[in-house]
Order: sequence, then structure tokens, then C-alpha cells
Amino acid sequence: MTAASPSAPLAPRVRAKASRDQWTLAAGLLAVAALLVAFVALPLYALLSKSFEDANGAFVGLANYAKFLETPALSASAANSLTISIITAVVTTALAFVYAYALTRSCMKARAFFKGLALLPLLAPSLLPGISLVYLFGNQGLLKSWMMGASIYGPIGIVIGEVFYTFPHALLILLTALSITDARLYEAADVLGAGAVRKFLTITLPGARYGLISAFFVVFTLVITDFGVPKVIGGNYNVLATDVYKQVVGRHDFQMGAVVGMILLLPALLAFAVDRFVQKRQVALLSARAVPFSPKPSPGFDAAMLAFCVLIAGIILALLGMAALASFVKLWPYNLEIVWKHYNFELTDGGSWASFWNSVEMSALTALFGTAIIFAGAYFVEKQKGFTRLRGAVQLLCMIPMAVPGLVLGVAYIFFFVDKANPLNVLYHTMAILVINTIAHFYTVAHLTAVTALKQMDPEFESVSASLKVPIWRTFRRVTVPVAMPAILDISLYLFVNAMTTVSAVVFLYAPDTTLASVAVLNMDDAGDVAPAAAMAMMIVYTCVVVRLLHALMSHAVLKRTQAWRRR
Amino acid sequence: MADASRAGPPYLSIEGVSKSFGSFQALRDITLAIAEREFVCFLGPSGCGKTTLLRAIAGLDIQTTGRIVQAGRDVSALPPSARDVGIVFQSYALFPNLTVADNVGYGLVSRGMPREARRARVDELLALVGLTEHRAKYPAQISGGQQQRVALARALATSPGLLLLDEPLSALDAKVRQYLRGELRALQRKLGVTTVMVTHDQEEALTMADRIVVMNMGHIEQVGTPAEIYGQPATPFVADFIGAMNFMTGSVAGPGRVRVGSIELAAPALNGAATGTTVTVCCRPEDVVPADGAQDNAFDARVATLEFLGPNLRATLEPPGAERVTAEFSATLARRLGLTAGGTLRVAMPGDRLRIFGSR
Repeated sequence: MTAASPSAPLAPRVRAKASRDQWTLAAGLLAVAALLVAFVALPLYALLSKSFEDANGAFVGLANYAKFLETPALSASAANSLTISIITAVVTTALAFVYAYALTRSCMKARAFFKGLALLPLLAPSLLPGISLVYLFGNQGLLKSWMMGASIYGPIGIVIGEVFYTFPHALLILLTALSITDARLYEAADVLGAGAVRKFLTITLPGARYGLISAFFVVFTLVITDFGVPKVIGGNYNVLATDVYKQVVGRHDFQMGAVVGMILLLPALLAFAVDRFVQKRQVALLSARAVPFSPKPSPGFDAAMLAFCVLIAGIILALLGMAALASFVKLWPYNLEIVWKHYNFELTDGGSWASFWNSVEMSALTALFGTAIIFAGAYFVEKQKGFTRLRGAVQLLCMIPMAVPGLVLGVAYIFFFVDKANPLNVLYHTMAILVINTIAHFYTVAHLTAVTALKQMDPEFESVSASLKVPIWRTFRRVTVPVAMPAILDISLYLFVNAMTTVSAVVFLYAPDTTLASVAVLNMDDAGDVAPAAAMAMMIVYTCVVVRLLHALMSHAVLKRTQAWRRR
Repeated sequence: MADASRAGPPYLSIEGVSKSFGSFQALRDITLAIAEREFVCFLGPSGCGKTTLLRAIAGLDIQTTGRIVQAGRDVSALPPSARDVGIVFQSYALFPNLTVADNVGYGLVSRGMPREARRARVDELLALVGLTEHRAKYPAQISGGQQQRVALARALATSPGLLLLDEPLSALDAKVRQYLRGELRALQRKLGVTTVMVTHDQEEALTMADRIVVMNMGHIEQVGTPAEIYGQPATPFVADFIGAMNFMTGSVAGPGRVRVGSIELAAPALNGAATGTTVTVCCRPEDVVPADGAQDNAFDARVATLEFLGPNLRATLEPPGAERVTAEFSATLARRLGLTAGGTLRVAMPGDRLRIFGSR
């Protein structure tokens, strides 16, 4: 038999008829695209265009940027921001590396406990360490003498506060980097007679280098865009993040606010690009046949690692404990009587219990709607086979929020929604805009969690369902969602906790009747009500801890019911 | 069976189907007819297009050009949900959170079948595949072979006209695989459902199929019964891919005769090539047989090496002035012949067992 006869070049292309499932998926993808355009792309475009306009909306090119460079105060802030961010990134990455090393490579006791302690700062607003530092090292501070005459108000305070705030973020990245290693490499090194130092330098460090780079940039971005810590403890030391706040909220100079926002976007974009690059490389490090590493006891080393972890966890607990104590003590440090009065927020100007309940409501709505939208969105993107371009565009839109600092997104939202000509203007000053903004702000990580869970499922579920003539939505409900339930619960917890603690974006968007707990901390501290600010910050911590425990209970119950199949 | 399949209108007819992914042509002008109740295997190395063709038949990845007609209905452009097929995937794609019974009944729910009828149908299918006592278990709690049968029962539940199997046994241990081959074949005979199975395992195809479609690089090399495919391979590719084969370079010595090295062989399969033309002469190792004196196509060869294979021995033979040839003898025969490495043996390659191809 000869090779197949040449195929007829003029044979008509088969135009596949779309099934109802394909229409469902296409409609879903379009809906997600529309939401992301309206609530991510267009606001950012508004920010971009505002930075090229004068106060009357006329195009002025780079004039605003030129003005930024000519204003000495602003360029000084830029220099300060860079200094603080680099120092914090170096310090946090180094400390978190040793801590992660202790947790993954030593046999010290209570590793799970120390991991839990180190992650506690995730449950607190970034304003909290600032307040604690004021109590410890401020003008009336317990340990003011430790400062040896230097002031905590300024770069020193900012760096300590930022290290506290960014430590768990760096730790999580480095834990991942250090836990994916191949034990066979160490065995080979042992056989070849390599010493401990040589093994560390030739295997451990190279293996973790992408994690280190990633952690450095993540911390750098968090610090340069955070304004919670510098606002509370920065004193006269100005940074870009507080400048945006001053320009927009204080001076209503939207153009300059937009310029500073655009400039803050640069390091974040750089960090984002580096992180993406690094993650692609990191994956390739571990082959399917790698053998997981398990550490061997070594008394001296284990003790040293334990001492280090006790020190770090102790500092974290001290800062949290200081805020808790401050919220109960009558008048620090003169009258240490335990009282409840600081929790009576109605006595302060900065906030009230209503703010707290607003925060709880906002976080609950964010968790509920955010989880539903993000998971469904990830499903539509993942299961879509056609519309390659639209799908690619939506995937890109899903990644953008990670590259946009909350502060920048908040400013962008004002510019976009305050505009009376915008039909979405009705959302301005509502609870809805706070929820939408928060979902958008934390979209990417939640999206990636959902995508990972979906990718772990057999890609042929939908094919099976189609061949059995079962509509895709039924398979989504009966199979996809139950199987992905652990990821769905994780997403909702992530959204709730972040909605509770975030300040950066919502500080621009709240209205008198939608003040939030985290914003109340800021305003109380501003007004000099530092003890109530500590009390409100602790309310956020308590709530997050309770929700975290609830999540653990719920996961357990749901897993027991829906994941019975996981047990053999 | 094969003869029956060639008569009458085909149940499934594939006409000039091509599929390209960008500039890569995965399928080139495939034409094939499959009769009702027939069991057909698509066999070929990975990347030959067999799974692509199966997915086109299922409607999962529609072909670029060409027609597919099932039971007289042109289904070329229809999505899977509009076709009449049941599919078993290589991974089985069982729903992990549903019990065995719920998996099997999954396709029945949306047909508006009443609960009682549904239960009865599920029971019937579970009995058919012998999994009645496992009905309440989850897929992770049963063995791979049992999972495979759940997937099969699920695909059969809605009584599809065409059953498509994508490497259904490849994830199983050798023993289980061998057992399930028989089971699957018996079940297919019993139900009479037209079946297409994709496999890269020639033994599987040879033991199970009514007809085998051997594919390579996106086109069909040969279609035939297992005996035809093995005994009369149509192309060097098929000859090489199925079973073991000796390839010897030779030349046409005259009508019906070829010369390999210094041996001249009778080759009835040779038709009309000019004397002196270079050809490839093929002979399977088991067709190299011990010979006595005057037998046709016999020659003396040195036994270069002997390999012990258990029931058989593989001998590498050096015929005078020709390339080495592999032969396989049963251990009993080898003992009787007193076969030793370094010795000499008279063997023959019977003319009717030789295949001749134009030079490769």
C-alpha cells in the first residue's frame, strides 16, 4: 500500500456546531471578562490618564511627572521609600530564610507551633506593629532606653514594623522553596564526602535561590506600597505611600496622587515580572522522581535553630501582646489598671463599633461573592477550549491585580467611580464598591488557588459528561465544586482575612456610613486615641483568629461529608 | 467476521478525514468503514494519530476536513452530546466524589428516567461487569481493574450505538490486563455494540480485534484481520511494528527468485520486478525452521549466539555471505537439535513465508 493519497486541498473545512455547554462556557467567560474590564482595567486606565491631565482634565503630557521630580519633598520621599524597602527586604528575607530553614531542615521540637506563630502577623492590620512600637519604644515607652537616644519615630520604627508585617509573606515563599528539594542530592554529596558548609553552599542555597529572589521582591513591593506602618510611626520621615494619601485625601491633588500612584506601580510591576519568571524556573527544579528530604537529629544545630525561632516568635508575640495589653491598660505607662474603656469606641472620634461591624459585613460579603466569582471565573477560563484570544486576555486580566498595589488600586477606583459621567458612579460611597474593590485587590492569589485545584482534576470529566449528555452545569455542581471544596474554603478564608486587615485600598473609598475597622484604627491613631486604636486593631486580630478557627472546624466537617472518597 | 464486515452498509464511515494543529498534520485523509457489531483496534506508535482519530469520532476534537457518518447520520460537525457514543478514557475519569453506583448511573439522571428504572439499570450494569457488591464504594476504594469496569459500565449505561475505548487497559498490571482483555471482548460480543479501541499494544490488538487499523504518522498503513496483519504485512512499517521481523537486503535473481548474500531463495510473493532490482526480504524468526538436506530455500548457517527466553531460545544465525538472521526455536526443539553457540545448523526460510518489499 502506498502512502495515503494527497489530501484534497479544496475540501471544505468542517465548521463544528457549538453545543449548549460551549455556549454556557462562552457566556461565562464573557461575563468574567466584562467584570475584570470594568473593575480592573478601566479604573487603572482612569489612573493612567489622570496622571497626564491637569486639574481641568486637559491633556498635559508629562508635565505632572516633571512637577513631581521638581518637588524636593516628593523626590525625597521616593529616596526614603527606596531605602526603607531595600533594608526591610534584606532583613526580612534573611530572618525568614533562617526561620524557614529551621522549620524544614532541623529536627527541633514544635515546628508546627512555631510556623503557626510566625504566620500570626497575617491576621493583623499593618497598623498594629506601629502602635505596639510606639508603646514599647515611644516617648513614654517601656523600653525607650533601649533606643539609646535614637527615636523610634522614623526609619528605625518603620523598618521594625515592616519586618513584622512582611515576615509571614517571605516565610511562606521560603518554606515552599526549601521544602521542594531532592534528598538524593544530599545523599550523593554525603557519599562524595562533602561537608555541611559545602552542601549548604552547593545544594541548599542554589535550590532556594529563586525563593530568595521571589521573597526579596515580594517584601520590597509590600513595603514600598504599605502606608499603615509609616503612617503610625513614620513621624516626619515621608515615604511615597503616605504622600499619595496626603495628596489625594489631604490636598485633593488628584493629578499628583495619580503620578505617585503610577510611580508606585513600577516597583510592583518589576517585582511581579521577577516573581513570574522565578516561579517558572522553580517548577522545573523538582522532578517527579525526587525523594523528599527528611532531616536527621543533630542536637547542637537543633538547639541553635530552636533558640532563633524562640527569639523571632517571641518578638512577634511581644508586638501582638503589647497591642493587646495597650488595649486594656488604663493609662500607659502611669496607671496599669486593667479596664475595658478603650473598647468603648463611641468615646472616640476616629471610629465606632459600627465600623467594626461594617468590616465584618464587608469581609463576609467579599468572602461569599469573591469566592463564587473567582472560582467560577477560573472554571470558565480553564474549561474553555475555543476563543483562544479572549481566554488569553482574561488570563492576563486575572494576573494584573497581583501587580497592582492596593494603594494604587484604591486611587484608581476613586478616579474611575467619582466621575459622574460613568454609569457605575452609583456604586461610589457604597458598601458594594468596598466589596468589589477588595475582591479585585486580592483576585490573583485566589484565582491561582482555584486554577491549581481545577488543574488537579481529570481534564476528561467534561468530556465524559458531554458523551453522557449531562449538561456541564450539573457536572460543575455535582463533581467539580465538591471535589474542589478544600480549595474553595481556603479561598474564602484568604479573602475574609485580607478584607478584614486591609487598609491601603479601602482608605480612599469608604463613606461616612461605611467606615471600616482598619480605617478606624488609622483615624483614631491620627486623632491621638492610641489605646482605642490598639483595641480596634486587636478586635481585627480576634475576629481573624476566630474565623480562622471556624474555617478549620468547617473544613473538617465539610471534608468529612464531601471528601469521604479521599479515605481508602 | 471480517468478511461479514465488508458486506452491507457500514455502521460508521470515515471519509477523507484530516486534522491539522497549526502546521502539524495529525491525520492525513483517513478513509475507513466499520461494520455494525465489529470490534476494531487502532494500533500504532505514540503520535501516529490514533487517539486524534478516536477523538474526532467522539466529537471531542472535530476534524479539520472530511466527513464522519454514523448509522446513516452525518455527525461530522456535531458536539459529543449530540452523538451516540460512549467513551472510556485512559484515565477512566471516574468522578471521585461519587460512589460506584452513582458513577454508573450518572448519564441516566438527565434522561428523565424514573428513579426505580434508573436503579434497575444500574443494578443490571453492575451485575454485567461483576461489581454488584462494590456499588456503595468510592472509586479510590476499589482496584484499578475494578475502576476500569466502572468506567465501562458508565459508558454502556445509556446504551450507546458506538463504544470508544482510549487505551482502556494501559494503566493496569500485566496480569489484570490479560484477564480484562478476555472479559472486555466477551462483553462486547454479548452486547453486540460496535466498538473502536485505541491501543499501542500489538498483543492487545491481535487478541481482541476483529480488524486492526495500523496507523503511522497520521495515515493508515494497513487494515485487516489480526492474521492478515501479522501474516501478510502490507508495508515494511507494519512488518517491523507488529511482531519481530528479519529484514534482509537482497536483489531479484529472476522470476520468483531473490538472492540474499550467496543464498538464492524461491519467493512466490515476488511479482514482476526486473532482475537485479534491490529489494528487502522479510522473514519472521519463527519462520526460520530447521531443515534437512534438499528442502527448498535451505542453507547452512553458523550459530553466532544463543539467548535463553524461557520456553523459547533465540538464535542469531550467520548465513554464508549475508546479514545475520534471528531465529526462534522452542526449547524442546533446540534440545533435540543439540543447538550450541558456535555450531552449524541447516535451516530453511519457506518461500510462502517470505515477504518482499521494494528497497526501503
